[in-house]
Parts: sequence; structure tokens; C-alpha cells
Amino acid sequence: MSVDKDTVRRIAKLARLALEEERVEPMERELNQILAWVEQLGEVNVEDVPAMTSVVAQRLKMREDKVTDGGQPEAVTANAPLSEDNFFVVPKVVE
Amino acid sequence: MSDPTEFTLAEARDAVRGKKISSVELTQAFIAAMQAARPLNAFVTETPDRALAMAKASDARIAKGEAGKLEGLPLAIKDLFCTKGVRSTAGSNILGNFIPPYESTVTQNLWDAGAVMLGKTNMDEFAMGSSNETSYYKPVLNPWRAKDSNAALVPGGSSGGSSAAVASRICLAATGTDTGGSIRQPAAVTGTVGIKPTYGRCSRWGIVAFASSLDQAGPMTRTVRDAAILLGSMASVDPKDSTSVDLPVPDYEAGLESGVKGLRIGIPKEYRLDGAPPEIDALWQKGAEWLKAQGAEIVEISLPHTKYALPAYYIVAPAEASSNLARYDGVRFGHRAKGTHEIAELYEKSRAEGFGAEVRRRILIGTYVLSAGYYDAYYIRAQKVRSLIARDFEQAFAKCDAILTPATPGPAFPVGAKSDDPISMYLNDVFTVTVNLAGLPGLAVPAGLTANGLPLGLQVIGKAFDEATVLKVGRSIEVAANFTSRPETWWRAP
Repeated sequence: MSVDKDTVRRIAKLARLALEEERVEPMERELNQILAWVEQLGEVNVEDVPAMTSVVAQRLKMREDKVTDGGQPEAVTANAPLSEDNFFVVPKVVE
Repeated sequence: MSDPTEFTLAEARDAVRGKKISSVELTQAFIAAMQAARPLNAFVTETPDRALAMAKASDARIAKGEAGKLEGLPLAIKDLFCTKGVRSTAGSNILGNFIPPYESTVTQNLWDAGAVMLGKTNMDEFAMGSSNETSYYKPVLNPWRAKDSNAALVPGGSSGGSSAAVASRICLAATGTDTGGSIRQPAAVTGTVGIKPTYGRCSRWGIVAFASSLDQAGPMTRTVRDAAILLGSMASVDPKDSTSVDLPVPDYEAGLESGVKGLRIGIPKEYRLDGAPPEIDALWQKGAEWLKAQGAEIVEISLPHTKYALPAYYIVAPAEASSNLARYDGVRFGHRAKGTHEIAELYEKSRAEGFGAEVRRRILIGTYVLSAGYYDAYYIRAQKVRSLIARDFEQAFAKCDAILTPATPGPAFPVGAKSDDPISMYLNDVFTVTVNLAGLPGLAVPAGLTANGLPLGLQVIGKAFDEATVLKVGRSIEVAANFTSRPETWWRAP
């Protein structure tokens, strides 16, 4: 499988990554080089092989459903490039 | 001792504990060494004031008889670990102003043990790289140079600032993280020791996420004993990381000298690469002979899916990265593009301006392999291959107690030599990446020099949570190799 320029533009949109028009062609080439290389996985017989879902044999831990942290709006917004009264500021999203 | 930067971590620990040197004296010596080594560019952020304050507090605790396991020992921290109140960049422009309001579990464990932070080390952007050249904060230089050459070499990556700092003796030891080889490959090409523990041994909480099912923190040191000491303090059971495993942390230092007599060491035939330099193969054989001479039994094993590990990795890791890096949106933290009027445009521009070329490439690959219609063909297939790789190891460990392989396919290469060809860069991790896919512990230990004087390492792979055996085998190699070479200190002003 390989990607064309439209696919590169579509993935960039999905990834919310602005891609200048002159970067589309080099990116197409780089992605296809990598995709051609990973293509060799097609040789492997994976019939009846389960996909790995857990790296080490361990059941996912459960914990009590209780609040352990919170109530720190200043700390949460401290790194925001733009905030007001402990709220994040974004461009208007609802008309 | 005239120069305290000559201490290993173990020697410094004993000297500080025995009050032969104060933590302040030790820390001052390392601050001076760190500042004299700026041409290496090993640090993104130096924290000398914090280091001295921590050292003073350590000396006070020692005076009261309350010394912790790492009391007063100056360490360097990879800039992927969030450190409260100290900028943590992950090597990226997008986190250039990020000052975490919390501390990672691993670094908190170190401070609780009394360690001193010298600063934050440079690294490939978001740990994506094998040469430290993708860092927004400029490449790190390897303290080693080839014989009769002044050419700048890479220190490996992604933990290249840490490997350079340890090799140049500007810290006692450092932390690293390893997603596909990012501790072991830089350790190998700088003549230092690095261990990636079993997945789940060190908490990932507070470490900037790259590929969550592969990322593990580990120590980078000058000796195997130092790695055992540091791992013992980094590892913990952490309720804040649901993949942290509920097993008590053993005393890794205790069994270090117990030798390899009677151990079965597996040699996987698939790790012999066509076109690899003959020096790599020769060193590998020498390693097997060293262990045999100390009483180990050498057994040939097979890991048949080895050649598929890197391609599987380059689906799984970018897929997880594309999800993890979705959080950088220019809203909650990190870089925000100026002059945008619409939310999608704010996201797209902030991310394009904040991420470097390799990170953008991996986000796009990851987004593609997870997108509708391709998910099964790429991602699910890669996760199935990953199961086969883990099964290979399981079957191999029925016949052996640990596995010996080369650590890297070659020594340190010149800055710029591989940066235009992503796949040739990815191949640096050919011997290390299988271990991440299977979640196992792996150690790189210096074992010799190339003909032109550059360090090479061997890798020891162990069963899950059997770091003790891995360290013991590593120690036996260290003893036999007697690697005492060191780089010339060209970076210091005359």
C-alpha cells in the first residue's frame, strides 16, 4: 500500500498538523519509503495469533472510585499560553 | 581523592556516607565539570543553584544520621522526566516553556533517596531518534572521537545527553528512557552501562509519553554496580501508573558478584546480520567465550521473528505516539501559534510550528496506520507480529537463563551521517527493539573498542522481572572485558 498526495493532505488534516503545500511531496516520498519497508510484515503468517494487548502478564489494576487529587485550578492552568480566571482561552467555537 | 568526578556512583556513595567528602564538595566538583563541558551540549537546562541547595540539605541529613540510599549524589535527569518547577522540554520546541507543576514518580523516588539534581539532559525530540540530532536544542556531541580524528560523533539517542554526561564524567549517573533502544544504544556507543528494565518495573507517571506500551525508564551509569544501585531507587510500585507491576523491588546490588557458573546463556543465530562490521561479530563471540570461561553454558537459540521487529515497531510506536501527542494543541500547555482565529487553525498551526520534522513524520505515519480501513492491515497485524516476537523469547527462555547479543550494529557515527535517511537511522535499534516489543529487561555493557578506538557494547537480555540475572551476567562481562578506556577531555578549555 502507498499514499498519494491527497492521502497525505487528508492524514495531516486528521492529525491536525498544518502541512505547507511544498512539504506535501517530500512527505509523500518519506511516508512511502517507510510504508514500503514495513510491508514485509505481510510475509508473516499471523493466522490464529492474538494481537498483543498487554506487554507483561498482568490484569489491569482496579482502584477504589474516589477522588485522590484535584482542586488546583491555578496549577492546571499555570502553563496555558492563554488563560483567564483559571479558564483556558480558545478562539470562539460556537456561533 | 584529588578529583571527586572520578568516583563511580558506588564510591561516591561510600565516601559521602563515610564523611570523607561532603555532598556540597562533591556537587561543586560536578557543577564545575558540567559547566566546563558545555561544548558537548549535554544539558538543556543546568540547575546548579538547586543542586547546591539539595546538597546542603543532604549534608544536614547526613549530620543527623538520616542518610538515604543516594544521599548527596549528583545525578543528571533526561529532559523527558517532569520535574516540579524546572522546565521540562522533551527536547521539543512545543514544550519550550513547560514548567511542570508536578514531579515524575521516578525522579521523586530519587529525591526521596537523597539524590541531587544537576540539570536536565538533552535528547532527541520526544525521544524519537537514535543520534540526538532531532533535538530542538541542537545535537549533543559524543565525548569519544575516533583515533586521529576531530570529527564530531553522535552520542546515540534518544538519551544522548545522558550518555554523553555519564561518559564525560560530568555527573555520577543519569536517568534515561528506552522505547526502542534509547538507553542501550547511547550507552553502547559512549562506553557506558544502561539497563532498560522490564515493562512495568519503573513507573511511567510524569514521564512525557512517546509510545506507552514500550516506554520504560532506566539508569545510565559507568559501571554495572552503579546501574544496580540506581535501578533499585528508580523502580517502585506506583498506584499512579496502572501498568506498574505489584512486585517488591529486590536489592539488585546484593547478588551482583555471584557469577555466571551454571547459567545457560543463549546466542540467537538471527542476530548475525549480513553486512555488519566483523568487529561486532568478533566482540560477540568474545563475550560468549568470557562467560563460558567463568562457568556459563553457551546454548544456540532461535528467535525466528527478529527481522520483523523493527517494521512492527515502526507501526506500533508511531501509532501510540500519534495518540499521545494529540494533547499538544496550543491550549493547555506548550507552544501556541499567534494570529489564529479559528480553533482547528490554532491546533494545526501550533502543532506544525512546535514539532520538528521527525516527530511530524511519525505522527502522520501513526495517524495513517490507525485510520479507518488501514487499522487491521497495519496496526493489528503489527500487534500480532509482536505476540510472535514475545513467544519467540518465551520459547528461547525454556532453554536458557539469559541471552547475549551485540548492543548496536556499529560504533558512534558522525553527526549528519544518517539524518537524511530515516530507515538507516531506524536500523540502529535492530538489536534492541525486540526487547521493548516483548517488554523484557535488557542491559548494554561496554565490552571493547573498534580498531579506530570507539567503544562497542554487548547486550544481555533477561526474563521478565529478572533484572538480577541480567545485572549479574553484565557484571561478569564487565570483569572479563576490563574496559578502562576513556575519551580524551578535548571539550575542556586548556
